[in-house]
Amino acid sequence: MSEIIFKRPDALEDTVFSYCPGCTHGISHRLIAEIIDELGIEGTTIGVAPVGCSVMACDFFTCDMFEAAHGRAPAVATGIKRVNPDNVVFAYQGDGDLASIGMAETVHAATRGENITVIFINNAIYGMTGGQMAPTSLPGQVTQTSPFGRDVMQAGYPIRVVELLSELDGVALAQRVTLDTPKHVHEAKRAIKKAFEYQIAGVGYSIVEIVSTCPTNWGLSPQDAFQWMRDNMLPYYPLGVYRDVKAEGFDNIHDRAADKRERLSCGKDEK
Amino acid sequence: MSEKVLMKGNEAIAEAALRAGCQCFFGYPITPQTELAAYMSKRMPKLGRVYLQAESEIAAINMVYGAAGTGARAMTSSSSPGISLKSEGISYMAGADLPGVIVNITRGGPGLGGIQPAQSDYWQATRAAGHGDFHMIVLAPSTVQEMADEVYNAFEIADRYRTPVMILGDGMLGQMMEPVSLPQEKTEKTDKPWAADGHRNKRKKNVINSLFLKTQELEDKNIERFERYEIIKENEQRAEMYVTDDAEIIIVAFGASARVARSAVDRARSVGIKVGLIRPITLWPYPTKAIESVVDRAKKFLVVEMNMGQMVDDVRLSVAGRKAVDFFGHTGGIIPTPTEVFEQIERIAVEKGDE
Repeated sequence: MSEIIFKRPDALEDTVFSYCPGCTHGISHRLIAEIIDELGIEGTTIGVAPVGCSVMACDFFTCDMFEAAHGRAPAVATGIKRVNPDNVVFAYQGDGDLASIGMAETVHAATRGENITVIFINNAIYGMTGGQMAPTSLPGQVTQTSPFGRDVMQAGYPIRVVELLSELDGVALAQRVTLDTPKHVHEAKRAIKKAFEYQIAGVGYSIVEIVSTCPTNWGLSPQDAFQWMRDNMLPYYPLGVYRDVKAEGFDNIHDRAADKRERLSCGKDEK
Repeated sequence: MSEKVLMKGNEAIAEAALRAGCQCFFGYPITPQTELAAYMSKRMPKLGRVYLQAESEIAAINMVYGAAGTGARAMTSSSSPGISLKSEGISYMAGADLPGVIVNITRGGPGLGGIQPAQSDYWQATRAAGHGDFHMIVLAPSTVQEMADEVYNAFEIADRYRTPVMILGDGMLGQMMEPVSLPQEKTEKTDKPWAADGHRNKRKKNVINSLFLKTQELEDKNIERFERYEIIKENEQRAEMYVTDDAEIIIVAFGASARVARSAVDRARSVGIKVGLIRPITLWPYPTKAIESVVDRAKKFLVVEMNMGQMVDDVRLSVAGRKAVDFFGHTGGIIPTPTEVFEQIERIAVEKGDE
């Protein structure tokens, strides 16, 4: 009797992705779907899809889905999770969505320690609108709206999201991964799975940044795009774990904050 | 009905929302509605429900979007400049056919304006609460009792028609205290088979969405919604008629202005002027039937508002050129006095005599 060892994850619809050839949205989607299958949470998971290329994610996952306004996914996910604490809620956001228009929602959901999981796709460019400069575009990077290369004197510097969020007390897991090699794909899957597991265990806010490619708007072949990413993005956005409260020996964000005497309070004790 | 208690308008809204089964409140501080959020912050956690102070009005309305999309009764409140920020989320709620209650305790504008009561959000509420082809139901109480009753009603009709509903009060109503009988606790839950709350492998997946890239799909969606609006227009328009049976001058005023207008009507009646008051309770759908019922007999209409004359458009549309429509109002946070309105009634009564 033969055994199936590789198949389409149940958490993915039997449909064709609308992403460009060589784009890593497809791999990212597949990893999330595999993890939903492995954790057996399809029925309780609610996804929030952003504005941007992955806006059609609602069509691809088999769990209940929300489409959110540009940048507002963390707020929408907060509303979902607060009234449904037993559900697993993930937001799937690009760099323009998360690090530009939605930065306030991102920082505050993280600092509140919202028990949600954010998958952050960083390809250093606005994809769907046709390749404009993103908050994560690199110094010197040519885009439609930085035709002479991003000039930091004029446009400022790229934002390192997981480094920034890892300073916040509400963050349980902040990790940066990429998908250019099988080894990196496995690492990414472990990170995303941990992010979901932390949420299920109530550890706190978890974010996994996936350094990604945009062959279409970078004007490169899929292979050259990966090389460009390795040569240019990874030095600016180093892979690694920037916050992991369990690795630090704490069960959740509140234990960590209390231990560090960071939870300073004033006024009355809780009655 | 329970016995009467003395409450601020903002607090009466909050307590009635609790009794209507509001499961979550997401807000952001702004004068003059803050007592509402403060009341919720005190009561909701004790009831095991959700209170959260969002980082902005934009976040608050998007939290309402998320919670409402899972089938919860969700609410937010703000005041004029804050509602401008919420307009993005209101449009998305309308686009995704989500029920929810938005309280707007208005102040003067545009811009930061002031913090005194005004009614200058009429156009924003009834015409353009966000981008796109949509309406939302707008309810305008004029007493603290009505603030309680209408917020209770707002949750019901929001669920029934799957649309955001706005309670439009102004700073005077929000801040004033009056005796109020609070509505009964609602215990039964509304069935929401469309809610995306985790399918638990028992049904097909639900998607809360306002994106329809196929042009025909979007048009069909909008046409379906506007068919629903026709049902709302037929079933939900409401107005209070005060001594309009024999009235030759009809004042149209809502909310706090209607309280002032009513005093002026009483004074004018005491000197023999045949004047009556129509007080729209629903600002959208506009109570055109109420105006239609008096338009033949009336000689003239006078709209009294705390703005530059925003509701005049709706009265003119209802009157459809058959009678003259005058306006009197103050803006900037000034409340018209009964005497000022009485003088307007006298002026019109004399003009009428000249005809």
